[in-house]
Amino acid sequence: MKGLARLAAVFGGFLACAASGRFPSAAAQDAGVLVVRGRTVHTAVGAPIEDGIVVCRDGKIAAVGPAATVEVPGGAMVLEAAVVTPGLIDAHSVVGLSGRLNQPHDQDQLERSAPVQPELRAVDAYDPREALVAWVRSFGVTTIHTGHAPGAVISGQTLVAKTTGETVDEAVFVPFAMVAATIGEGATQDEEPPGTRAKAVALLRQELVRAKEYATGRDAGGEKQPDRDLRLETLAAVLAGERPLLVTAHRAHDIAAALRVREEFGLRMVLDGGAEAYLMLDELRAAGIPVIVHPTMARAGGETKNLGMETPHLLQEAGLLAALQSGYESYVPKTRVVLFEAAIAARYGCTFADALRLVTIDAARILGIDARVGSLEVGKDADLALYDGDPFEYTTHCTGVVIEGEVVSREAR
Amino acid sequence: MSPLALLGALLACVPLPRDDAQEGGAPLAFVGARLVPIAGPDIERGVLLVRGGKIAAIGAAGEVELPADAEVRDVTGKTIMPGLVCTHSHIGQPAGADRSAPIQPEVRVLDAIDVRDASIQRAQAGGLTCVNVMPGSGHLLSGQTVYLKLRDADTIEELLIRDAAGRIAGGIKMANGTNSRRDPPFPGTRAKSAALVRAQFVAAQTYRDKLARAAGDPEKVPPRDLGLEALVEVLEGRRVVHHHTHRHDDILTVLRLSEEFGFRVVLHHVSDGWKVAGEIAAARAPCSVIVIDSPGGKEEALDVDFKTGGVLERAGVSVSFHTDDYITDSRLFLRSPALAVRAGMSRAAALAAVTLEAARQLELDARIGSLEVGKDADLAILDGDPLSVYTLVLETWVEGVRVFDFASPEGRLRALGGDGAGDPVLADLCCGGER
Repeated sequence: MKGLARLAAVFGGFLACAASGRFPSAAAQDAGVLVVRGRTVHTAVGAPIEDGIVVCRDGKIAAVGPAATVEVPGGAMVLEAAVVTPGLIDAHSVVGLSGRLNQPHDQDQLERSAPVQPELRAVDAYDPREALVAWVRSFGVTTIHTGHAPGAVISGQTLVAKTTGETVDEAVFVPFAMVAATIGEGATQDEEPPGTRAKAVALLRQELVRAKEYATGRDAGGEKQPDRDLRLETLAAVLAGERPLLVTAHRAHDIAAALRVREEFGLRMVLDGGAEAYLMLDELRAAGIPVIVHPTMARAGGETKNLGMETPHLLQEAGLLAALQSGYESYVPKTRVVLFEAAIAARYGCTFADALRLVTIDAARILGIDARVGSLEVGKDADLALYDGDPFEYTTHCTGVVIEGEVVSREAR
Repeated sequence: MSPLALLGALLACVPLPRDDAQEGGAPLAFVGARLVPIAGPDIERGVLLVRGGKIAAIGAAGEVELPADAEVRDVTGKTIMPGLVCTHSHIGQPAGADRSAPIQPEVRVLDAIDVRDASIQRAQAGGLTCVNVMPGSGHLLSGQTVYLKLRDADTIEELLIRDAAGRIAGGIKMANGTNSRRDPPFPGTRAKSAALVRAQFVAAQTYRDKLARAAGDPEKVPPRDLGLEALVEVLEGRRVVHHHTHRHDDILTVLRLSEEFGFRVVLHHVSDGWKVAGEIAAARAPCSVIVIDSPGGKEEALDVDFKTGGVLERAGVSVSFHTDDYITDSRLFLRSPALAVRAGMSRAAALAAVTLEAARQLELDARIGSLEVGKDADLAILDGDPLSVYTLVLETWVEGVRVFDFASPEGRLRALGGDGAGDPVLADLCCGGER
């Protein structure tokens, strides 16, 4: 009875503030506490909770469970939704570097003066105020892995950010996540080298060999100590396994080339794109390579002419760790939204839970941030997305987004 | 493949599932499906009778008398709607006008379509049965468009739609805003764009008047000019202008020119259409709307919004949606009306926007766009609600012939993609069109 009375008070308060179109005044609330109640709460790591409650305190999840068992603190702001999920994770994007205007001045995802530039840091280009960041956030995306795009042998570094914050430092929580590389047609150019697939791989290998020698000399110290070189220093971090090499490759033979490089240098590797990954399931599984699959709605053509709608499902079925991405778009739409891409995965083979994993916990695992985000578990960041129905249905709206306990969007989108 | 050849192949290759109900064949009755006629209320457990490639009867179970020789297909639990009509597409990899001039009305896109391109097969897999294939938007006028029926075919001729006089159905593609602004001889500003278009239409008026004054006298008839000839069709209302336009002021410029020269126009994309819905409604200009996942990509599309369809609907504007394939994938065309409903459009208008209203904009509504007796038997058979993400297109029929079947290996490959899905379709070697 006590619990029921508490709930009644809570919901009375919510309805009252909903009617007036305002949240309860700050004075009436426990400022550090937010309660989210969902008719269904998907945690991404267990069975859905019917009539579930998530208590957020000081930016973290303090409690999650059925309403009947979770103690709700008095005076907290309460948000209500039909469905609650973890905040979504876009496992590979260029949002914040590739702006919505699509003019040279807001396109910072690819620098073409040289084919190998691992020293280009994403933190030196990320614009947290870019309108597309707020756009993807309004559909429930709370974490993005963004940075340099495919299109050069090595285009630069990536970072992980929350889709909030007004400065890079406020937004970013992994300043240097991976080094972005491309194998296949996407790495070649018309005028300058590399002009062929094999030349591109040769360039990549040569740079890795140099970096290995650089690291050896650096570690030896003394006479052999080389001058500091930002490019080789970055690649040395990859060779040491401190950062994965994120390799964009689509055709099966390009994926095979990526695996060959991995074998030769003993790298940690994440496959990106993977339009024909369904032809390489055994090889990828044997190598333990996770895959950040191209957007499910990517266009079939060129290197991706044989892409498959079922690829995310086939990867999961084969026991591979897989996630979805918004990718890079050169025209319209300027960015994709992983909520919509996961919905298409759910249409083509994935169960609801498996499709959700692609944009939550499995994305977090691939990015190495699963201790902090990706699921609704006590102690993790209080990042949540609220919906008025099945999140994947075309006609459902995202009705609220919470990042670290702060309500960042309440627009029905 | 011609209908006769298909029939021959079918007879030669036994057993094969029956997949045509064309002229000469027995009537085919689809029984038990939920019918979405568009022209009237949904019928929960309906009967749809197809004979000679046309819809012969439609009604609730028990209301439609089945002919004794009818072949009955039980489609209980499925949904049948009219084949989808896309008012703006680039399937078949067409290239229209070249870089030599900003206005090229003599160019026909039908001379540049690869009917074996996988994009056409994907469109069939999306439930599309009729498509307006357009040249691009990098010109003020990039050529004549062509309306295609997505029959199973090896040549473009088999896809064309002709009227009683044998005239090939199609419009003309124009564009304003930023895409057509380039170095000379292309325009460098919006005002220059409009001036070039006006000068060209004045030339067409002059040509038309000379033809009229000549009254057939070979001495007085001006030399035949293919470009001006096409523009005279536009001036006389026999060829509709399909006009790419995004920004609110560019939309109004199209309406201004349409009024000045009296040409009929369908406004395409209309990213800012929601800002000038009243003006569009007052001009009675139909709109072919694009739905994409985010704004931007260029300045004029910064305010593109899912709500455009609904805002225009409420203003009383005729609304269709388009894939702009390859911009969006034809296999996911039903996402567009569904996302419009998400942003406030009515379900009825959204479904009409990919069927009957789209057919009206192509002036083909007497033949297609709804499940009505006498119309072409162009059908999409679905396994669920048309506006649900979980719904798959199971079969697509054009004029009583099944052109896509998800249950076949080939159909599955077209629908889902995978190894070999991007390869062009090979010529038929055997087996009644099973490719």
